[in-house]
Amino acid sequence: MSVSFTVNGVSHTLDVEGEMPLLWALRNELGLNGTKFGCGVAACGACTVHVNGEAMRSCSTPVSSVDGAAITTIEGLAAAHGAAEKLAPIQAAWIEHQVPQCGYCQSGMLMAVSALLSENPNPSDAEIDETITNVCRCGTYPRIRAAIHSLSNA
Amino acid sequence: MTIIEKLKNPTRRQLIVAGGLATGGLLLGYAFSGPSRQTLANRAASGEGEQMMATWIKISPDNTVTVYVPHSDMGQGVITALAMMAAEEMEADWSLVRPEQAPAETAFANENLGLNFTDGVNIPRLLQGVTDAAFVKLSQFMSLQVTGGSSSVRFTGEHGMRPAGAAAKDMLIRAAANRWGVPASECTAKLSHVTHPSGKSATFAELASDAAELSPPSTPVLKAKSDYTIVGKPIPRADIPAKVDGTAVYGVDIRQPGQLYAAVRLAPTFGSEVVSYDAEPILARRGVKKIVPIPGGVAVVADNFWRAKEAAAALDITFDTKGNEKLSMASLYAEHDAAIAADDSNEDVEKGDVATGLANAASTKQATYRVPFLAHACMEPMNCTVWIRDGKVDVWVGSQDALGTRARVAEVSGVDFDNVTMHPLLLGGGFGRRIPLRSGFFDFPSEIDFATLIAKEVDAPVQLLYTREDDIQHDAYRIAVTSSFTVGVDEKGMPVAWKNRYTIKDDPDEAAHIPYGVADQSIRYTDSQSIVPRGPWRSVAHTQHTFFNESFIDELAHDAGMDPFEYRRELLKDEPRHLAVLETVAEKAGWGTPLPKGRARGIAIQKSFKTIVAEVAEVSLGADGAVKVHKVTAVVDCGEVINSDTARQQVESGIIFGLTAALYGEITIADGAVEQSNFPDYEMVRMSDVPEIDVHFIESGAEIGGLGEPATPVISAAVANAVFTISGKRVRELPLKNHDLTPKADKLASAAE
Repeated sequence: MSVSFTVNGVSHTLDVEGEMPLLWALRNELGLNGTKFGCGVAACGACTVHVNGEAMRSCSTPVSSVDGAAITTIEGLAAAHGAAEKLAPIQAAWIEHQVPQCGYCQSGMLMAVSALLSENPNPSDAEIDETITNVCRCGTYPRIRAAIHSLSNA
Repeated sequence: MTIIEKLKNPTRRQLIVAGGLATGGLLLGYAFSGPSRQTLANRAASGEGEQMMATWIKISPDNTVTVYVPHSDMGQGVITALAMMAAEEMEADWSLVRPEQAPAETAFANENLGLNFTDGVNIPRLLQGVTDAAFVKLSQFMSLQVTGGSSSVRFTGEHGMRPAGAAAKDMLIRAAANRWGVPASECTAKLSHVTHPSGKSATFAELASDAAELSPPSTPVLKAKSDYTIVGKPIPRADIPAKVDGTAVYGVDIRQPGQLYAAVRLAPTFGSEVVSYDAEPILARRGVKKIVPIPGGVAVVADNFWRAKEAAAALDITFDTKGNEKLSMASLYAEHDAAIAADDSNEDVEKGDVATGLANAASTKQATYRVPFLAHACMEPMNCTVWIRDGKVDVWVGSQDALGTRARVAEVSGVDFDNVTMHPLLLGGGFGRRIPLRSGFFDFPSEIDFATLIAKEVDAPVQLLYTREDDIQHDAYRIAVTSSFTVGVDEKGMPVAWKNRYTIKDDPDEAAHIPYGVADQSIRYTDSQSIVPRGPWRSVAHTQHTFFNESFIDELAHDAGMDPFEYRRELLKDEPRHLAVLETVAEKAGWGTPLPKGRARGIAIQKSFKTIVAEVAEVSLGADGAVKVHKVTAVVDCGEVINSDTARQQVESGIIFGLTAALYGEITIADGAVEQSNFPDYEMVRMSDVPEIDVHFIESGAEIGGLGEPATPVISAAVANAVFTISGKRVRELPLKNHDLTPKADKLASAAE
């Protein structure tokens, strides 16, 4: 089927199977590799992107369901916060707190956290625990929490 | 003796060579060979009992210093930490230092470098002009270093980066002294300049060409620690900016012209063979190009990974399980128990006379502990991209052993080693999983083997990617182990005879040993073969033995009616480093001070990779019996801290990695196959499980120890020991989630008293 959507403000029309997950459309059809494959079953969050501003796990989101949608990936996160900025505030906080280790899960983490903060600029620890269910095997969680609070308190 | 002659001398332990760059810079190479830690990985990477390492430093005309680090960075910050060690000795201005992994495309830090000099073609651009023939010989002796065994800083850093930096400084100072006609002893190097009291000053870059003409010093003099200005500081990591904007390139991200994607369909039961499959409907699917048989399964190649994966899953295939379906955890543990009972064992530690010690003991205690298999579950599912064409092979992968990977690809492809180019990329986690080592190709083939076999059949670059299910069910696992203790104690309850029998000895050698002063010891192991692939897992054998030993010593403390901290303290009175770490963790954690109702502390200590770590976990139990870890205090003596922030990061990381294993980690076998498949049934610690972590370092000045692994093994015992104090239930088999720890009101009340 033919599916059209925008990714980071750029329009794309793809002729692919409607059940193809958005993740593989991004990675293998559009060459946007910042969004990562982690589990394929929406359990780890490595593939998190924004669909119309909402955090979605793209490995389990069929492209047919995002026809006409505006999608933001990690590559477009800074621009989504203002075209003049090289980094979104959340990315700067990630550097400030030296969050990433291997870094593989961080695209998904950043997308999940930025969606949380746009909805709830001052989340409590309990709200962070409930919303940020992404998996990080390196154990960057304490620094993610610290980075979130630094943004909340700013 | 010329450098070449020195290189031919097999007793030579260290080599320094230097040459000028056409552009006016300096390139200095430093090589060291030394005794190997006893690991499979190191034995594979170099000759038995010896490992080699090469360090390269470049000074460019713009006065920047590039430090090429022969290690993979899988998140441990090693590229930054090692560059700091070189820059410190060199007196470089850190703002002008560029830490880099030894370049991928030119196989920089290995013998390809030498070949490039020999035939004069394909010389890496940055090396053009370096004509010193010594490089040819030197580079033939070099290999990319395996990243494992927490060895980067303590081996490459200590024996490579520091002397290389010091040698560069020595040559730059002598170049300045010659130019100015003054004694070298009057010149000082600082912040990438050499100065003389007369007011003369030159940048490193201005001196580089002259320095390249000088002979390197044979024994570079290192700085006093008190003069450090870079080492020990929380320097930000060089790799982080690319990891927050999606530009970092992992193995899974590589794209080549015309690239295809492969997914596998592997028999769930280990050791199976393919009987038949129905290719026709699969080949008719959109985008599917080919089906390639591989050992124990098939691969489907398509123009999009999702198409390949869906096609592989849809394939109608029949396997012969070859009798391996009989393997289960029950059969495996029955074998363990039989082997231990038969005591047909091999010596690990024999000290004193344990039989007499047990006979004379006031009482004895017996306990058997177990741990299950564990998968690594790196966030980046296993992958490998291979392109075979014109008698040459290119391989792109994130690996903990670039040279071993290259050798393996050469072997499997049948292409000469010299015609295999390895392009190392970032690793989305390693933890021991990404060492391309199996005890025999057809026993335990890896994704690297599969990718190579597939590429042989396809006229295009092919990226093999595992699904998470493939990754969990076809890992090289931390082994399942059984350990049985019979320990005799004196009338005060202190151990006097320590008898321990366990299954399967793994690296490192000393993992099962105890630091405690027990006169009579007999620690022995039995062999136990299994078809389940086995591999190193963060901290390797320390993961199991620290849980066993530190839980059992806790049992003895409680039996003796003693505080577990005081009990260990008494037993460690002749081990000053251990004692300092133990006492500091007790102090920092407030050991013995009141806690909120329903909470308790547990303590454990282990020395691994020359680093001593003690941890105190503060734990409570939920109404459903779920273990909640509130706080972990860790004290670490790694001798010396290189980067205070990345060091802390590794301890946090190690604790959380170990906590996943303690709470949830369990790979079980039924019908010869792994029962778990993905994160829903192979659970991970997430944000809501993470305790507050308080890390303290003791810089004892002891020999520098590793940091990537030592925090991991301690946490399981610390948590299980706290669980005992709260619940009265002694957990002798991980993970904790399998135990009914539902608190009883009376126990909660007594724990809180």
